[in-house]
Formats: sequence, C-alpha cells, structure tokens
Amino acid sequence: MTHLDDTSTATTSSTPGADAERLPSFATTGTRATRFLGIATLVAMGWLVLFGLVLSPADVNQGESVRFFYIHAPTIWVAYNSFVVTAFSSGAYLFTKKHSLGWDRLAGASAEIGVVFVALTLLTGALWGRLTWGIFWQWDARLTTTALLFATYIGYLAVRRLGGSHHQRAKRSAVLGLLSVLLIPLVHWSVLIWRSLHQEATVLDVDGDADIDGIMLFSILVGVVAFSLFYVWFVLHRTRMLAMEDLIEERGLDAALDARRAEGVKAVEGIEASRADETPVGDGGPS
Amino acid sequence: MSGVGTVRVARLVAAKDLRIERRSRVVTNQVLPFAAVTMVLFGFALDANTSVLETVAPGLVWLATMFSLLVLVQRNFSIEDDDGALDSMRVAGVDPRAIYLGKAIGLGVQLAVLEVVLLAAAVVLYGETIRVDGLVLLVTTLICATCGLAAVGTLYGGVAAGYRGRETLLPLLTLPAITPVLIGATRAVEAALGTAGAAVSDGWQWVSLLAVFAVAFGVGGALAFGPLIDE
Repeated sequence: MTHLDDTSTATTSSTPGADAERLPSFATTGTRATRFLGIATLVAMGWLVLFGLVLSPADVNQGESVRFFYIHAPTIWVAYNSFVVTAFSSGAYLFTKKHSLGWDRLAGASAEIGVVFVALTLLTGALWGRLTWGIFWQWDARLTTTALLFATYIGYLAVRRLGGSHHQRAKRSAVLGLLSVLLIPLVHWSVLIWRSLHQEATVLDVDGDADIDGIMLFSILVGVVAFSLFYVWFVLHRTRMLAMEDLIEERGLDAALDARRAEGVKAVEGIEASRADETPVGDGGPS
Repeated sequence: MSGVGTVRVARLVAAKDLRIERRSRVVTNQVLPFAAVTMVLFGFALDANTSVLETVAPGLVWLATMFSLLVLVQRNFSIEDDDGALDSMRVAGVDPRAIYLGKAIGLGVQLAVLEVVLLAAAVVLYGETIRVDGLVLLVTTLICATCGLAAVGTLYGGVAAGYRGRETLLPLLTLPAITPVLIGATRAVEAALGTAGAAVSDGWQWVSLLAVFAVAFGVGGALAFGPLIDE
C-alpha cells in the first residue's frame, strides 16, 4: 500500500505536462520484492505439481480425480479472501479522509483475481463432479451460492468499467463492493433453506472425510501457500498496472490539452504576424 | 432535511413517476403485454403440460415478474435521464434518500399491479387456484417481495443510470441480487396456493426471508443512493 501511494503521488507531482509522451522510468510493475515473490510462487507451484500429481496417492473411493482438490480447495479459499480484501479496501476508500485511489485499485485488482479463481474453482469442481458423481453440477447450497458470487463480482467488474472520472469510478465501485458483502449472506441463507427443505444435504461430503490422508492434507496446504503467493504477486502487479492506466488517462488528457493550447498559441501568433504584415511600417502614427 | 421532509419529497417523486405513467401509458401498453406474452411462452416451453405448469406456476410468475422488473427499471430511469431530471433534482438539493424512496415506491406500485396481472394469468392459463386460507400469506408475500424487488431495482437502476451500456449492465447486476426473492417468493406462493400439496404454514419462514431482504436493501439502498448518483 505504501509503495502504491508513493508512486501515485510521485507521478502526479513530477513532470507537470512537460514531457507528456514519455512514460517515467519506473514504467515497470516489477520491483525486487515482486521478483522475489514471483520466484517463490513458481517454486511453490512446482511443489504443488510434485505433491499433487506425483507424491500423493490416488484416493480409495475417488481415484485419481481427487487431485482436482489440490487446485479446487486452495483457489476458493484465496477467492473468498480476495473478496474480503475488496470489501475492506472499498470501505477504506469510502471512510478514510484521504479517499486514496490506491485503495480503489487494490479493490479492483483483488476482485479481478478473485473472479478468475472462482472460475477455476467452479471448473475444477464441475470436472471432479463429472468423474465422481457422474454429473457436472449439483444444486447444493454452497455450489449455488458460489455461482451467484461469481456473477455478482463479474457485475462489480463491469461497473468499474462504466467510465467517468477516477474518483467517480472509485466511489461507485466502493459502494457496490460493500453492497455485495450485504448480498452474499442473504443469497447464502436463501439457498441454504431452499436446499435443506428439498433434499438431504448431500451426496458425498468430501470435507467430512475424517481419515483424510496426511499427505493429501499436506498437498492441499501446499496448494493454499502456492495460490496465496500467486494472489499477492498478481495483486501487486495488477494494482500497479491500474495505477499506470489511470496515469496514462490523465497524461492523455493533459497531452490533448497541451496540444489544443499549442494550436491556440500558434493561431494567435499567426494572427498577430499577419496583422504586423498588414500594418504599414511608415504609417506615420505616433510612436 | 427532516424526516418528515424526506417522506413528503419521496411521495412527490413517486406521484410524479406515477403521473408520467398515467399519461404515457408505457407500462400499461408495453410492459404488461410483454409479461403476459412471457407467460404464454412458458406454456410453449413446457409443452402446455397442465400438471407440470400447475406445479411450476409460482416460479414462472416470479420469473416473469423479474424480467418485467428489468424493463420497468429501464423505463423508470430513462424518464430521469431524458432531460437530465435526476441531475436537476440533485442540483436543486433534493435529498437523495427521498429520491431513492420515491422512485422505489413508484416502481413498487407498478410491480404490484404487474404481479396481480401475472397471478391472474397463472389462474387462467395454468389452471392455478387461489384458496381462501392462503390469502393472507399470499398478500403478505406479494408486499414483501415487491418491496425487495423495488429496492434492488431502484438501487441498481441508479448505478447504471446515465451511462452508456446500462441496458446490458442492469440485468447482470440485478438478477443475481434478486435470487433470494425468486427463491423465497416462489416457495411462499407455492405454500399459499397449495401447489404440490404445500401447507400454508410452510410459507411464513420464506416471508421472513423476504422481509429481511427488503429491509436490508431498502436501508442499504437509501444510504448508497446518494454517493452513487452523486456526480
């Protein structure tokens, strides 16, 4: 966060429209910290592949399809957390005095990655369900709520792109980010009683497996670490990228203003020059 | 602005919306027929199978209501957009909470009329029967669900108002948000009508869901509307 605020203030204060075309020298979203994070993410992903595909055994009941869980469980965990981050930074934007756009960009970046992760969760879950239950979709409460959560945050991202000034965007999406927090428990409650009335909650309760194998549990843990690192790494890059996009928009406006102003100056100079030409030199006017 | 002032302004806004509707008759002449056609199309989709239709009729009524809600919200905010009326009200210093409440009340009245028409259509087309002992539940459900739908519709209509592409944005925002209303209102109406042997007493827990939803979004919407339409 601090880094973000630094860049945004630095960029607005430096080069007031002087060299509008040239991007500043820090036009990369990488720093030493993110490079380190990136390497750590790749290493953790390698570990996840090793544990998920090689070291952990196939499940007694589910067979090889159990390996979907090493993506499925960590991604939804990270996705839920990313939406919490979105809600928190939406609140931070609205209720802090400074109304820093950094909070807004963090909320947006976090929601984007959250949406991608929920998509991954739904995809791996559907594939796993097809292999284990024989069906892609089960109308159970958790699944249905997650699908609606997915749609809600796609809507949130769409609202972020409505246009207007940066602070308009920030305020609008912050309010929506907080409303989504209001919505999710209501959706979950309704779906929960809807399902509980119609059928016994559930078929194959995977998480309820008491004797979950130690190495499987560890593999899921590796997954959580890997995807959390992945999340932090991407959020940092994406937040900085959003800051740059905002900057480009501002610069673009400045550049356009400068160009119009230059045209105006040129036109005025032209008029003055032509007037000077028209005026006879030895007019005999009072000097 | 005092509380009394807010309510009075809200009533004025609602009266204005309903007066515009009375004179233009857009909802009467376009949205109601649209909703009725939807009900007929549901019949085709389910192969006019009377027993199936009778079972799913409450859900279809609410589905048709929700599609019509989207059209109604578009209409309700296009009358504000056309001459920059919403901005004028804001500039004139009208309390945004009053605007929100007023627009929600106006929308709610239109929705209520629509729901009655759709229920009548379900009776005529799908052979649904309305029983007397479920009448209180039915009316309470209609009121609570209408409040919830109007609250959400007005809120998201306000988010999208005045921006290009709002026609496509509104359904994406609104439909996931009103899922609890679809679920709750469908089950409550099933109980009220006795569809598939449902007992009346089963319906009340759904009404409480609808009431909580309406209050949560009514309050949330009133608080959020100001920052949302504030330019």
